[in-house]
Amino acid sequence: MIQFITAILTALTTGAIYALMSTALVLVWRSTRIINFAQAGQAVLSTYIGYEVTIRSGSFWVGVISAMIFGALLGAAIDRFFMRPIFKRIQSGPILMIAPVVATLGLLGIIQAVIGFRWGLTYQSLAAPVSTDGFTLFGRVIAFSPFNLLVLVFATVSMLLLTVLFQKTNVGLALRASAHSPEIAKLSGIKVDFIRTLGWSLAGAAGGLAGMLYIPSSYLYPNAMDVLLVFGFVAAVIGGLDSLFGAVAGAMILGFAISFATSYVSEKLVFPMAFVMLVVVLLIKPAGLFSGKKSRRD
Amino acid sequence: MTLIVESLVIDHGAIRAINAVSFKVPTGKLTAVIGANGAGKTTLLRGLSGLKEIKSGSATWNGESIVGQRPENLARAGIMHVSDGKSVIAELSVKENLALTGLWRKDKKDVALATEEVVSLFPILGERMSQSGGSLSGGERQMLAIGRALVARPKLLLLDEPSLGLAPLIIDQIFTTIRKFVTTMNLTVVLVEQNAMGALAIADEGVVLNLGRVVGVDTAENLLNDPAVRTAYLGY
Repeated sequence: MIQFITAILTALTTGAIYALMSTALVLVWRSTRIINFAQAGQAVLSTYIGYEVTIRSGSFWVGVISAMIFGALLGAAIDRFFMRPIFKRIQSGPILMIAPVVATLGLLGIIQAVIGFRWGLTYQSLAAPVSTDGFTLFGRVIAFSPFNLLVLVFATVSMLLLTVLFQKTNVGLALRASAHSPEIAKLSGIKVDFIRTLGWSLAGAAGGLAGMLYIPSSYLYPNAMDVLLVFGFVAAVIGGLDSLFGAVAGAMILGFAISFATSYVSEKLVFPMAFVMLVVVLLIKPAGLFSGKKSRRD
Repeated sequence: MTLIVESLVIDHGAIRAINAVSFKVPTGKLTAVIGANGAGKTTLLRGLSGLKEIKSGSATWNGESIVGQRPENLARAGIMHVSDGKSVIAELSVKENLALTGLWRKDKKDVALATEEVVSLFPILGERMSQSGGSLSGGERQMLAIGRALVARPKLLLLDEPSLGLAPLIIDQIFTTIRKFVTTMNLTVVLVEQNAMGALAIADEGVVLNLGRVVGVDTAENLLNDPAVRTAYLGY
């Protein structure tokens, strides 16, 4: 029973962090139609900034806010000064599909190298603001701590805020219109380029938050977020890449699959489970489990 | 306010789609641009709305050049292009589709008023407000696309083949409505159509395009009675 409850709680916590990463990937995919491999670098660099601010200010919360603001600014800068010129220079042809994605891979390497120069390749630890010791349940300590609870609450609240932003505000409507049809959005007078940059900055902030919530349970080093990028990507594909709801649902499905597989079968199943899920979903429903409904044919 | 196009050249890939095209669109009038498939009609409109690069020549609206301007800025300046293929965002609701052109407008009261006017022009949209754009029929989508443009209170409306793929009864209804709002809203309209007969019947002026060149400019009435135009485009 305790094992079962622990597995569920672990699934929710890891799922929540995957959800932040998959949301970041989906936000960029929707606005730019590329998979942003640099997301792992952006998130980890934002976390380094959050780490520095946490040490200097003594407050984890100030660190979280700094990481999110830095993440947002970095995301906007990458789109404005890196992606936009690339797209401007490549107008058509097969290279259009691949060059920007490869560019994000290059950017990932550059960001991680910069981190190496500035902070070194060593492992740093970021102290959690609340206890990371597991709660006691029926006289036994379980693998779910106050910090895990905090992660869950933070991720959930930020997802709700994003949902409200997208569904209930004018900016959200502009973001959705620009994602589904940039041409119609432009012809309607929406500044699609600006909206796209906004999508990148929201993604950057989500990545910064993901890093600050994940790193206290792990270590901070230049490649710290690479694993989350992979899980976030798998979750996004399971969810259909295009849908924010799908990104969160995919992340939760992945969180549960991994948590139960590692809890009941073997710790070694973390990666195999993720990739088995990916392959199975792609075989059964390549467009993702939560891809948007198709329009009427007439 | 007049649209003046002079020696306009637009390439479509390796093809010169618009070749030294010149014409004027008088204010408050409906000008039909007719021509066969591949005459360059769609490319012309895409050039005028900033979607397609203009190679050379000039196009001015109200004395100001529109060459090289971004589509979103032209839209905000009152030039609304309803592109072909029933340009509706399938994933958004009818209400959201209509709201797109009001997002950036300062006068929210007038946006609400304009939306009401669109709904009274196309009552079916009022019944479908919460449905997704993708669930509409072809005719309804065309009405939504035109309605969305009208919410912006445009000065110049560029309509690309609104009759494409629609049933004759629906075409009649849409053409009648276009004629109606040109008169009541004091709009200037460029209506690009393969359906030359229907378009000239409601237009004031006409421009005949053939393989990227203007081969005829006259009042719509004269073009309807022109034997050459009749044989080539009207089929009788």
